[in-house]
Amino acid sequence: MCLAIPGKLLDISQKNGVRAGRVEFGGIVNQVCLDFVPEAEVGDYVVVHVGFALSRVDREEAERTYQILEAMGLLEGELAPSAQGPPETVE
Amino acid sequence: MKYLDEYRDEKIARALAQEIRERVTRPWVLMEICGGQTHTIMRYGIDELLPREVELVHGPGCPVCVTPLEMIDKALELAARTDLTLVSYGDMLRVPGSSSDLFHAKANGSDVRVVYSPLEALKIARANPNRKVVFLAIGFETTAPPNAMAVWQAHREGLQNFSVLVSHVLVPPAMQVLLAAPDNRVQGFIAPGHVCTVMGYRQYEEMVQQFRVPIVVGGFEPVDLLEAILMLVRQLEEGHAIMENQYVRSVTREGNLPAQQIVEAVFEVCDQKWRGIGTIPQSGLRLRPEFSAHDAEKIFGMAEIKVEEPTECISAQVLKGLKKPPDCPVFANGCTPESPLGAPMVSAEGACAAYYRYRRHKVLQERACNV
Repeated sequence: MCLAIPGKLLDISQKNGVRAGRVEFGGIVNQVCLDFVPEAEVGDYVVVHVGFALSRVDREEAERTYQILEAMGLLEGELAPSAQGPPETVE
Repeated sequence: MKYLDEYRDEKIARALAQEIRERVTRPWVLMEICGGQTHTIMRYGIDELLPREVELVHGPGCPVCVTPLEMIDKALELAARTDLTLVSYGDMLRVPGSSSDLFHAKANGSDVRVVYSPLEALKIARANPNRKVVFLAIGFETTAPPNAMAVWQAHREGLQNFSVLVSHVLVPPAMQVLLAAPDNRVQGFIAPGHVCTVMGYRQYEEMVQQFRVPIVVGGFEPVDLLEAILMLVRQLEEGHAIMENQYVRSVTREGNLPAQQIVEAVFEVCDQKWRGIGTIPQSGLRLRPEFSAHDAEKIFGMAEIKVEEPTECISAQVLKGLKKPPDCPVFANGCTPESPLGAPMVSAEGACAAYYRYRRHKVLQERACNV
């Protein structure tokens, strides 16, 4: 129920006195209310729940954490053969 | 899709699971509050990636599951009217009331419609000025701003045929009940990332202080959840209890202020009954008196009703994390998603439905056999 997914903001317009915009989710485009994200600009990623953008994805934070995570994954990949046996082994 | 696919990366997920295995020295019980997170855990088999010392129990964070029977019965009463269109999020249609559900009402000729957004309910009201349109406004803090916005707009436009039947629940009071219970087993919480996107996490900081329990705001993808679990395990192993935020790409400490403002303008906090748990003080939202022209219970003079829940369903203990779905005598044997007895079997995010869908009860049985 609290499902919300990130999509890319394509444009911004006014609908019935509400700030709205088209948001693309992996090829599907939906009209979304932008009233809760006045800071969102075209090209930003917004997290959308029941037709409302609830946040603008913080790109810097996302990139920073992802780099840390990716570094962990790569490190584990290098260690895997000796530490864990072949990678296809599923515990 | 960006910001989704990379958080489903198997290599990173396995690295996080490995790190958790290296950190763990003794058993810990962790609870994810949100049903969306429960669903991810089952779907991706995150519980199976974890060392046996880390036990995940599943919290009450599925609004469909905790909507009281009385509310379903009220919706059914409204749907039976020929001059009325009842509009709802799809998940609510199969939830059993005390005698029927909205799907059966629809099949029997009631005008029940499913929408993805409350704004669509407004559209239906605008397009049908001669019909009364009632929106079943349920949800946690995540859904409260969109639902509040629909009421606000109807009020502004003078849309007199639009009203809402409200059953809104709040996460922190329910967590406090779980933590204060003498039989509580939970030692660390993954706080719900989208509730916190709206509300921030100040209220959770207070619980960290009061109960000395670590809380980490977590996202919804496998890598998010494994990272949140690692953060909790680190804290527990080191004897810390602090507030941390794993879901930094969406959540700030203060939350979304415009969203909080519309909720504050339209709703006020009230005592709320949770299906399977009972009444929790100050754990719900109702419309403020200024919006009573859009309050379905007032407009249609609905009487307070009290309904008993089925005794064979153990959803109360499942929702509190005291029991797992397969512990229930009727799980997958009398209670299935096709004909649910209790609400956690109805919604895809309910713990029972998630176990059933991903056949987790079979996995647990096989594990037990192999020991």
